[in-house]
Amino acid sequence: MSRRMRQRFEVLVVGGGPAGIAAAVRAAEAGRRVGIVDDNATLGGQIWRGESEAGSEASRWTERLRSSGASLLRGRIFYQPEPCVLLAEADDLVQELSYEKLILATGARERFLPFPGWTLPNVMGAGGLQAMVKCGLPMQGKRVVVAGTGPLLLAVAAYLSQHGAEIEMICEQASWTSLAWFSVALLAQPSKIFQGFQLKKELVGIKFSPNSWPVAASGRTTVESVTISRRGKLETIPCDYLACGFHLVPNIEVPVVLGCEIQDGCARVDDLQRTSVAEVFCAGEPTGIGGVELSLIEGEIAGLAAAGRIAEASSLFGKREKLRLFAKRLDRTFRLRSELTNLPQPETIVCRCEDVRYSHLRDHISWRAAKLQTRCGMGACQGRVCGPATQFLFKWNPDSVRPPIFPARIESLAGLTGDSKQELCETTGGR
Amino acid sequence: MSHATYDVVVVGAGIVGAACADEFSRRGMRVAVVDCEMVGSGATATGMGHIVAMDDSNAQFALTRYSQQLWQTLRPELPEDVEYDQCGTIWVAADEEEMIEVLRKRDYYGQREVPTEVLDSRTLLRLEPNLRPGLAGGLLVMEDAVLYPPCAAHFLMERAQKRGATFHLGQPVADAGQGRVRMRDGSEISAGIIVNAAGAGAGHLTPGVEIKKRKGHLVITDRYAGFLRHQLVELGYLKSAHSISSDSVAFNVQPRRTGQILIGSSRQYGADHHEVDSGILARMLQRACEYLPGLAQMSAIRTWTGFRAATPDKLPFIGPWPVDKSLFLATGHEGLGITTSLATARILVDQITGTKPEIPIEPYLPSRVAKEHAHV
Repeated sequence: MSRRMRQRFEVLVVGGGPAGIAAAVRAAEAGRRVGIVDDNATLGGQIWRGESEAGSEASRWTERLRSSGASLLRGRIFYQPEPCVLLAEADDLVQELSYEKLILATGARERFLPFPGWTLPNVMGAGGLQAMVKCGLPMQGKRVVVAGTGPLLLAVAAYLSQHGAEIEMICEQASWTSLAWFSVALLAQPSKIFQGFQLKKELVGIKFSPNSWPVAASGRTTVESVTISRRGKLETIPCDYLACGFHLVPNIEVPVVLGCEIQDGCARVDDLQRTSVAEVFCAGEPTGIGGVELSLIEGEIAGLAAAGRIAEASSLFGKREKLRLFAKRLDRTFRLRSELTNLPQPETIVCRCEDVRYSHLRDHISWRAAKLQTRCGMGACQGRVCGPATQFLFKWNPDSVRPPIFPARIESLAGLTGDSKQELCETTGGR
Repeated sequence: MSHATYDVVVVGAGIVGAACADEFSRRGMRVAVVDCEMVGSGATATGMGHIVAMDDSNAQFALTRYSQQLWQTLRPELPEDVEYDQCGTIWVAADEEEMIEVLRKRDYYGQREVPTEVLDSRTLLRLEPNLRPGLAGGLLVMEDAVLYPPCAAHFLMERAQKRGATFHLGQPVADAGQGRVRMRDGSEISAGIIVNAAGAGAGHLTPGVEIKKRKGHLVITDRYAGFLRHQLVELGYLKSAHSISSDSVAFNVQPRRTGQILIGSSRQYGADHHEVDSGILARMLQRACEYLPGLAQMSAIRTWTGFRAATPDKLPFIGPWPVDKSLFLATGHEGLGITTSLATARILVDQITGTKPEIPIEPYLPSRVAKEHAHV
């Protein structure tokens, strides 16, 4: 049986990426009792995961966090049993975390779009493949095609190339015209987009092709080649891996469950990063995809505001505004082109958990109708993959998030854990 | 819409409304179905889909058993996605006192030609090795089944549609009666017969119909193929499920064809919001873990709630509403709507077409509670 532990915080931060770290640092340095909870063993979120190079921005922030006095907790938030309490699960521990102020910095995930062969082994998320290489997957001599859209593709290609992979091509669906601004910005200020990457150097010699996207991956047991639509022509490229991602989707499940107002797929916040729910703040990607620098500033503002340091928080508004403009342009640049809705064939699987094919989905009128009739989105990933895909393919709006926020052990939901009071089961009229 | 002519308008596209549309169209009547949402999206979407012969009263048994046999007849036609699986129910007896109830139940079913088998402690564990040791035994009811209700409702609606029935989905109804159904957008559909099959919402539609919402919680796990083989229900269920006044939980779990386990059940009055109640949820899961300790370590992927349409005497309303000649009710099925949908449709259409029903219909007639309204 798992153990149960209770802790109280003045400020609880959910998410240990840049936004969460900055929020926790600012609130703790202002003298608040702060807890920061993340489901990964190492801090930094998806973007900084495992980066420890001395002097990097990531290590500066994590160092500052460690000396700020904030408690670092490992666990995955899965349920809110009562107001101002969240439950987090980790290994054999359930933590009951109560708070006065809550800062949600839950980050983003990659968007996947279904195309024939996308479920073959070694077709992976771009960020996902990078994470596996960080964990030791050897890349020496492996041929990799990087495809999809967004600045992450360049960062991943650079990283994989550094680790010995042969990048066959970077296929970016955006057009040259929409990329023009981005390339200028990238050359001028690469740090704005990628912390810690010296992209210009790393990407030398790699074929970068705009107006290109994957239409099929093929292979017997794993991917052997990918067919690319490139400037209107099909081209087949042999490869060992296809690293694929279509930009990012904000993780808004926790804000949704807490009842925060959502606007265009993001948590709506005011100047002080406050959501529509009292005492709940939100910072970073869940308020709109904007990258590391914007996440840091939003985190700082949220942390300061939660600690009552309104004047200091306000002094950062100007900087945030500039970064938000940049984020908006980023968003426009990498907007998905409508041709991508034609990628799936009738037999292409859209929902991997429940094996639901495109032909079974296309005639439904809504996400809920499709869910009820086909089980799309009802599997273990709780619709995190097929939800954003079908939102793009069919313009469906995913309906409410149902608890648990992440899959959790029955005993954790039942309160059947360690030191908690074991209430006797009072079945009315039972035995 | 107002110019189309129909014999019947069914309000509600849940499993009961779908079964009615199917049955009316089978008898050659022109049917329209109206629903504020979509097919099978209310209690049909949130229930367990247990096709069960229940013996709480003779009337309840007659309706559930008749309907179960209709499902068995329909079975060869059901598409794969309905996932009809005759896995059987085991009523689990925790102690010797409950074993007495097992024997009573066996006799009751036996006299009515429902095949059952009494299980001793050892046989119970052989059939369901993940139950905790030390349970007294149980009763296996072999012909009970499970299915996936939204696809079953869809199948029935599609059959009706092929016979010419029309659907008006996403259309909230303002009021119904006196030979017409009026939508909130002002449009109307008229017909000689209006069927209120609006489930827990039936009372709003027809003032005077006494339907209460009875909230339930369910949890579904990730896939654990082979963990469970039968629908398992504690014998205390009968008592707890039908205790009218207070909140209750009972051990009631179902194996899905996917290998997932559906865990119930709870009953609450007066809770009209959809949110999961963490206290009830915890009690319900604790109860389930008492019987199946292995559940504790399993991964829950979703919890949800739904509303049963409960009547004061625990039997549905099937038949004419005495104060309005055009209005018929097919609602109030509490937790048995999936099971009894087919029989409900049969005996309702029998009444309307003057056919002799196969079971006595008096216990289900709305007039049993509507007498006071009739004289107003």
